[in-house]
Amino acid sequence: MSEPVRLLHRFWAFVRRKPLDTELEAELAAHLQLAIDDNMARGLSADEARRMALVSIGGLEQARYKHREARGLMNLDIFMQDLKFTLRTLWKDPSFTIVAVLILALAIGANIAVFSVVNTLLLRPLPFPNAHELVWIAPPPTKCGLSCATYSTDAYDEFRAGSRSYQDVTGYFAFSSADNLSLGLGGAPIPATSIDVIHNFFQVLGVQAQMGRVFNADDARNGAAPVVLLTNAWWKRQFNADSNIVGKAFDMNGRQTTVIGVLPAAFDFGAVFAPGTKVDAITPLNLYGPPRDWGNIITMIGRMKPGITVAQTVDEAARVAPHMCWNNKHPETCGDYKGAVVPVPLKDYISGKVRRSLVVLWSAVGAILLIACVNLSNLLLARGAARSKEFAMRGALGASRVRIVRQLLTESMVLAGGGAVFGLMLAWVLVSWLAHQGAIALPLLSTLHLDGTALLWTLLIAVFAAMAFGLVPGLRMSGGNVYESLKDAGPGATASRKHERIRSVLVVSEVALACMLLVGAGLLLRSFMRVLDVDLGFQPDRAAAIKVDYDDNVPNDKDGSLGAAKRAVIFQQILTRVSALPGVEAAGFTDYLPLGQNRSWGLPFPKGLKPPQGVDGPLVYVITPGYMRAMGTPIRGRDFSWSDGPKGEQVVMINKSYAKYVSGLGAWSDGDALNKPLGNGGGPDLHVVGIVDDVHEETVDGDAGWQIYYPSTQATPSGAEMVVRTTLPPATLATSVLSTLREMNPKQPAAEFKPIQMLVNHAVSGRQFFMLLVLAFATLGLLLAALGIYGVISYTVTRQTQEIGIRMALGATAGLVQRQVLTGTLRLALIGIVIGAGASIVGARLISSLLFETSPWDAITYVSMAVTLLAVAALSGYVPAFRASRINPTVALRAN
Amino acid sequence: MSPEKLDLLQGTLDLMVLQTLTVLGSLHGYGIARRIEQVSGNEVLLNQGTIYASLVRLEQRGWISSDWGTSDNNRKAKFYTITGAGRKQLAEDARYWERLKGVMERVLTMDDPAEGADA
Repeated sequence: MSEPVRLLHRFWAFVRRKPLDTELEAELAAHLQLAIDDNMARGLSADEARRMALVSIGGLEQARYKHREARGLMNLDIFMQDLKFTLRTLWKDPSFTIVAVLILALAIGANIAVFSVVNTLLLRPLPFPNAHELVWIAPPPTKCGLSCATYSTDAYDEFRAGSRSYQDVTGYFAFSSADNLSLGLGGAPIPATSIDVIHNFFQVLGVQAQMGRVFNADDARNGAAPVVLLTNAWWKRQFNADSNIVGKAFDMNGRQTTVIGVLPAAFDFGAVFAPGTKVDAITPLNLYGPPRDWGNIITMIGRMKPGITVAQTVDEAARVAPHMCWNNKHPETCGDYKGAVVPVPLKDYISGKVRRSLVVLWSAVGAILLIACVNLSNLLLARGAARSKEFAMRGALGASRVRIVRQLLTESMVLAGGGAVFGLMLAWVLVSWLAHQGAIALPLLSTLHLDGTALLWTLLIAVFAAMAFGLVPGLRMSGGNVYESLKDAGPGATASRKHERIRSVLVVSEVALACMLLVGAGLLLRSFMRVLDVDLGFQPDRAAAIKVDYDDNVPNDKDGSLGAAKRAVIFQQILTRVSALPGVEAAGFTDYLPLGQNRSWGLPFPKGLKPPQGVDGPLVYVITPGYMRAMGTPIRGRDFSWSDGPKGEQVVMINKSYAKYVSGLGAWSDGDALNKPLGNGGGPDLHVVGIVDDVHEETVDGDAGWQIYYPSTQATPSGAEMVVRTTLPPATLATSVLSTLREMNPKQPAAEFKPIQMLVNHAVSGRQFFMLLVLAFATLGLLLAALGIYGVISYTVTRQTQEIGIRMALGATAGLVQRQVLTGTLRLALIGIVIGAGASIVGARLISSLLFETSPWDAITYVSMAVTLLAVAALSGYVPAFRASRINPTVALRAN
Repeated sequence: MSPEKLDLLQGTLDLMVLQTLTVLGSLHGYGIARRIEQVSGNEVLLNQGTIYASLVRLEQRGWISSDWGTSDNNRKAKFYTITGAGRKQLAEDARYWERLKGVMERVLTMDDPAEGADA
């Protein structure tokens, strides 16, 4: 029990050093005086009495030291001494200090920033309570896009009722498109994006409303009054964070809708479920209204009961799936979901796709940190060589090796600490910037922030770095030969050789690391270029799209033909007006744009053949005449025309891939699907009037799947995006297009006129993000390596001044000296490149899954990496080489 | 250093200080050091200065307390007194030393085992 008390005392004594020292001095003085008194009482002379007293006390300095050792915290005392000394020496050498701290700050900053991303996406649980209980329930990936990744309301009901593993199962409507909500506050309607969720969505996720309440079952019943939940961001942006908003009603899509609550800022639907998009409002999905007949529309999310494992839910889902029906009214659809109900942890679904990229990114910053450490080691070695006399002197005066290493480690710790502080600032800037990159399609990016874990990580890598770059020079210097170092002539030739070898090894490893980084970055860059070169099946430049509001409701429209006719009139009018605008080349409507949402409607099949089971249908787009021309997609055959009316022959266009599939089935003698009828599961035949290029509908870097296009005069679109091809930059037409739409329909919201290129950019933003980051790190690595080479070579030249002077005095020309120094540099660089390239060849498989149409052993990348590194090495070696050739033999020989 | 003097074992000085204070009551550092030297018959190698490390250790553990006062010959000095906790500790340590002493005695007086071993 007395020990903790004593520790407390020791801490206290450490702080109160001064008064305690004074008291000790007084005590020792009293001791001496009492001893002198005693001795004099025994008859000694005053001088002799004093001498004897000093002898028996046994050394005052030793007594003080022992007292302090017992009293306070000796280690801390020594540390404070070392710290003071370190700060003083670093202060005296500002250029070294600044360079060292800067290098460390860059490396540590990059590491913290990337760690924060990794932490957010991979390590930290999702921002929901007990997030490990949440599972994403979906089929394995398929060709038919979102329609095959979702479930019908009947299937959802059956799954929810039939499963025992879940506390509850929820879901949301997967087909909401951007700007699907128009808010009327008087004046022009304001476009916003809302998502329909099943009423128990927030209960399952464990999200509470910040104000008001979340949905309950009554909000989603037939005939329920319309209600809405506002996201925190929209509430602040659009409603000025009105604290009395709950209970107020607004005109949303033409209906008075009551705000029942505001969601907390921590809940960001887009960040979790739809990376790179923003969601403004959440509305309840009425499962028992019209959605009943919309087919596959719901994505399912379940919260497992405590103690249930994902494996158990997978087993259970396999048992429940055969009982799920696409539509209970069609018993033949029961069992359609067999094998298509697979729960995975929600976190895996969200961040699983980026795991590999993140690991690569993490390795890249790790390499940067290593390069920085090697660089620092080099700098410290050079500095230590200059200070070898100081250390030899301290050693001669009795400082132990441990004490000197300790002093040097303190120095590294201070440098690493400085680097960590500035690195944290850098990381903070990076992280806050990243968190606001809403356009990057990476999940959870908006929740990015520096947290306690990141601080802990900073501490860890700072200590690691300090050890890594401080230990080698520390041991090297403290182990130096006292005699050699103190000799006026400087270190002997052998010691110098040894020194040089270590430094060469450091440079080689630095070059090798930089080499690996460059290869990685080069491969990613080449992949990205390849992705940009992909033939998308449409021409994104000089085309833009805007969401158009229209009303095709016709009372008592039995088969939808009246609505179709009305829609045709509206669309045709709009297109005629817009096409007449100056600068517009073509215009057309589609309901879904490529690289966005999609759906499928089954598998149209050559007439007369029996459609196979388990083959996913093509993706469906409902378009108007002119759309293909506006997108720049070539057609073989003919475009739809306005005369393809609701009562006429059903026409479709299909893409080349699908055409190839249906043609290859042997139904047609000429093997060409053009102008052939496709059977449509009991509906009227679909006549293929055109075959169009494959459009990349989901990803730029994936394969294009099957697509089918229906005319909006014959099928019902789920919205209208007008695509306009322009001769001028699209942005210049935004105002005239919008005002034309407004003239024709005052309800048209002020929707964004988005360039099609933006959709492409969004689709490749994740890849671009990683590529740019790795490229930036590779550049940083290259810079650090160059700095390292420069430092070592110029140090070598300085040390060899005398030798070079002698050689020049003996007749070596400036050119020869330069060549020799450069050759030495390039030899080191070459060794580094060979090792680095070897390591890259072995390690490249790690990133092969991130590459696109690029071999991990792409020769061009390797060659350009080697050339770049050699050029940089030559450049960083040239400056010292030039300096060496300018050495004046007379001066060089006289010095020393 | 004179080879015939005994080096102090770890912790023994603290015990001696406690015992001295128990017997003599309140005393200054010099007095404690002298007393230990006298009692040991000058057999112990004691740099008087090291007593202060022992004193601060004991005080931090709460086994002794200190106060400035005046000596018999009117010199100002810091006087140390043993506390209740100190007495308890002393009793414990003394028991420990007794046991150790017994063990050492037995060990050092045992017979040479080699004599009884087989050849």
